Amino acid sequence: MSFLTLYNNLNTFLYLAAILFGMGVYGIVTHRTLIGMLISSELILAAASINFMAFNRFTAPDPTVGQVFTLFIMAIAAAEAAIGLSIIIAVYRNYKSVDTEDLVELNG
Amino acid sequence: MNPSMAITEAPGLFTANGLTGLIFLVMMAVTLIGGLIACTAERLVRSVAGLIVCFIGVAALYYFLNSPFVALMQILIYVGAVCITIAFAIMLAAPEENKKNGPAGPLSGPLAFITAGIVTIGLIVMAMRAKFTSLPKVNGGSVKEIGIQFLTSYSMVFELISIVLLIAIIGALVIARAGRSK
Repeated sequence: MSFLTLYNNLNTFLYLAAILFGMGVYGIVTHRTLIGMLISSELILAAASINFMAFNRFTAPDPTVGQVFTLFIMAIAAAEAAIGLSIIIAVYRNYKSVDTEDLVELNG
Repeated sequence: MNPSMAITEAPGLFTANGLTGLIFLVMMAVTLIGGLIACTAERLVRSVAGLIVCFIGVAALYYFLNSPFVALMQILIYVGAVCITIAFAIMLAAPEENKKNGPAGPLSGPLAFITAGIVTIGLIVMAMRAKFTSLPKVNGGSVKEIGIQFLTSYSMVFELISIVLLIAIIGALVIARAGRSK
């Protein structure tokens, strides 16, 4: 088992996706602005896409299914980014801030 | 041993397989470093730059997974559209003075690290223990076959996703316009 044949191994991609997912979770918890949380959620979506593509390459009988799913994930992520950013801009217009600590109007 | 393609002996560094493996290691490092910058940077602009680096690395990984079309779409959609949109939102909505993007409290950094570590290690252990069997391929997964699948098996989803995108664009315009004074 050489380091140079890692790209032929399913587990490499699964570990990489797990680490990216963990980074996304860390970023969502620690970021203080809504835009930072959106960026971290993009990392989580990328991790999910890598998992789809890895299983598509190594185990699935039909190698188009995972690619189709990943393309759908991309479309959903684009829609999510558009909606999320417009919400962020609307919030900024009302509160003059996108810091999560300032958005406490529903805080009972 | 989980499925892997047949390369029996370890290749030398300066053979074709060895250089491919080296490029893969570099791209894996690029992905991880980009993700690290994206989730820990102090300023949002640097986070977006790290996200771009990470997505370029992910696109390279898609090349190694036999999907050049998805790799190009990754660069086109994520790097070219999503990241640029986020950069515009940062310019519009995030004043750079009074900005602190670090941990929200003294404990939130370590607690977030522990949470993310537990999730990561759990996923890695699960992937380590699981057994996946490889099935024989029924086609090559080329762009032509993706197109045929899109317009036959997944045509309903294809139409629905275009409606979702249309509604998302209209909704984004409506939400961003509401409350504008002029």
